[in-house]
Amino acid sequence: MANDKVTLAHGAGGKMSHELMEQVLLPEFGNPLLNELHDGARLQMSGQIALTTDSYVVQPLFFAGGNIGKLAVCGTVNDLAMTGAVPRYITCGMIIEEGFPIKDLRTIAHTMREMADLAGISIVTGDTKVVAKGQADGIFINTAGVGDIIPGTHISPRAVKPGMQIILSGYIGDHAAAIMAGRHGLALPDYIKTDCAPLASLTQAMLAVAPDIAVLRDPTRGGVAAVLNEIAEAAHCGVLINEDALPIHPEVQGVCDILGFDPLYLANEGKCIAFVPPERTEDVLTVMRKNPYGREARVIGETTAEAAGQVGLRTGIGGIRIVDMPLGNLVPRIC
Amino acid sequence: MCLAVPAKVLAIKDAVGTVEISGVTRDVSMMLLPEAQVGDFVLVHAGFAMQRVEEKDADETDALLAEMHGAPRTVESLEETERGYEG
Amino acid sequence: MAMKDKAAERALAQELVGEIRRLAAQTDKHLRFMEVCGTHTVAIFRAGIRQLLPENVELVSGPGCPVCVTPDDYMDKAITYAQRDDVVITTFGDMLKVPGSQSSLLEAKTAGADIRIVYSPLDSLQVARENPDKKVVFLAVGFETTAPTAAATVLAAKQAGLTNLYMLSAQKLVPPVMHALLNDPQVQVDGFLLPGHVAVITGTQAFQFLVDEYHKPGVVAGFEPVQLLRALVRLLQQAVHGEARIENEYEDVVRPTGSPAAQRATAEVYEPADAGWRGMGIVPLSGLRMRDAYAAYDIERLLPLDIPMGENKPGCRCGEVLRGIVTPQDCPLFGKACVPTHAIGPCMVSVEGVCAAWYKYGQGRFQYGK
Repeated sequence: MANDKVTLAHGAGGKMSHELMEQVLLPEFGNPLLNELHDGARLQMSGQIALTTDSYVVQPLFFAGGNIGKLAVCGTVNDLAMTGAVPRYITCGMIIEEGFPIKDLRTIAHTMREMADLAGISIVTGDTKVVAKGQADGIFINTAGVGDIIPGTHISPRAVKPGMQIILSGYIGDHAAAIMAGRHGLALPDYIKTDCAPLASLTQAMLAVAPDIAVLRDPTRGGVAAVLNEIAEAAHCGVLINEDALPIHPEVQGVCDILGFDPLYLANEGKCIAFVPPERTEDVLTVMRKNPYGREARVIGETTAEAAGQVGLRTGIGGIRIVDMPLGNLVPRIC
Repeated sequence: MCLAVPAKVLAIKDAVGTVEISGVTRDVSMMLLPEAQVGDFVLVHAGFAMQRVEEKDADETDALLAEMHGAPRTVESLEETERGYEG
Repeated sequence: MAMKDKAAERALAQELVGEIRRLAAQTDKHLRFMEVCGTHTVAIFRAGIRQLLPENVELVSGPGCPVCVTPDDYMDKAITYAQRDDVVITTFGDMLKVPGSQSSLLEAKTAGADIRIVYSPLDSLQVARENPDKKVVFLAVGFETTAPTAAATVLAAKQAGLTNLYMLSAQKLVPPVMHALLNDPQVQVDGFLLPGHVAVITGTQAFQFLVDEYHKPGVVAGFEPVQLLRALVRLLQQAVHGEARIENEYEDVVRPTGSPAAQRATAEVYEPADAGWRGMGIVPLSGLRMRDAYAAYDIERLLPLDIPMGENKPGCRCGEVLRGIVTPQDCPLFGKACVPTHAIGPCMVSVEGVCAAWYKYGQGRFQYGK
């Protein structure tokens, strides 16, 4: 490209816009549906579909193990996967701040393509806008996605009943710990990085052996605590989890101890929580552990008839406490 | 207001220590604990090493557990207490 | 210090709880032990220790959250400074949501004030270096544990020749407020779980007055569940036998004389002064003021503000909650008008506040069986 920064002209719809598309985005995203470059994509779907959208505004844009593009694809793929759908197509809308390095945009687009390939989906339509300096923070990305609902599945919080088991797919808090550590001068070993991953292959395997899974959720913002509280409230069930069963890397616990966080409230980008009828637990765990994103899957608790709407935690020493809904942004505390 | 965590001192340079807490490393000030040495465990609060952690030897008797298991109570400063009470 | 083996920790905890029950059964008294450290309050709730205790052993929380006891007028000053174009505020994250008489730092930040969250007071030095045309003001709150870190930051600024770093100080001292509690006839406490990390600095000697002047037992405790239970066993042993001693169940970091270097740093920069506590009013010599020799680092002397000390909110019983006279549930506002997202009283404003901990961890509102 003529220069190495995104300019307002790149968003003006003329020759420069075309250049940005042809030289930066299409080489990565290109596929027969997108290459039409029509106003919209014409898609073949079958039966019931799932539709979702999410916007991504993370800082820093690049972090240990990923970047905003990875989140933008995986986040939407996972939202589809959690509804019991096979993700098919996604869109990509970018709002870019004037002066954003073209090199970084290429990296982000490349990551998005990699993740789309990994998830078996295509980016079929998109939009790029450029705003003046100061009106965005580098780049914002919105993705929307559609998928085919897997026949025979009925994912709904209201399907959760007392006596179901709660399965968590792996270690919690890695994503948030990697990002928080960067902000507060903490250095983590290489293997603690974002867990961001597309989970559709995992959820499809789970639903294949247990189509009667009541709910699947990915514990992103607000962490495991937020998901469990939302389900407990929606299902009018109690939830009781075991502190000792929660998989937490010592380094993530270390970040929490230093900054005063609770790992239950840390965001994850590649984990899933399933509410499963107890007779299906073993089958579900077996298929999860065969999937790269579910190797550490385990039962962390169960639903109860008592304490409807509340999430309790049995502590390591045998006490019980409430796990409350998160209250807002996590800020490091000293006390 | 008193979150503090034990950390191992990996290096010290110009009163700045690099410490490790459960695999997490950070630079902290050694201003308030000048006697600390590389290899020591220290208590870290708000970016400062505050005190050396002296873990008990494994073979040192745990007085409380011993008492719970039938050993006589070791009441060390009761005389002082009595005096204080009277005063 | 965390125990590696979860099963061993649970077994030891059960043994300690058994000992607490055995000791408690030896007396027909109702025993009330106070923790005067907000970090202990949270640790006790997080471990679910209250549910494990026998009926006649009650834990009450004292004024141990320095964020909570920081009065309105301090927050009003911080917000007033924050609103100046030539000021950058650096603060621990804890302070952001604490309400002043009108608003909070978070609201000021949203309105455009330059407020930066730091993990260490020392991080303020870097901010001061990067903003030579601004006055960088660190909100120095905390107890004996945190005061040396603010003092050391001032000393480091002096050494580095930085002239644009200032403190807005509201440091508090624990022993004077314990005196105030014990002199209050309404306060009924049989012993104290002493604040482990304050004692790291002060040493156990700073609490000897509990024994000498009030015949109350005190045990310095750590923050792991098992450390807290051990300290409770020690307190019960004393209470059951009518004894009063200062004991140390956090020996790996707490020494009888504390940390001399930290004490020296604090004493170099600060001197004791009367201080206002939210919910309790002025407590004699319970705070720290910057010495005249360090006046150049005191934002209140550079830019004096005349802001009156705040008054307690109508209906709020935090003053009694902070002294362990009533529990949060006895307050008509608790969990109704006063919740963490809309805190009315000081005990609800910080995660370490008594009311906030009761609310967050479900004390008095959760329905799971014991």
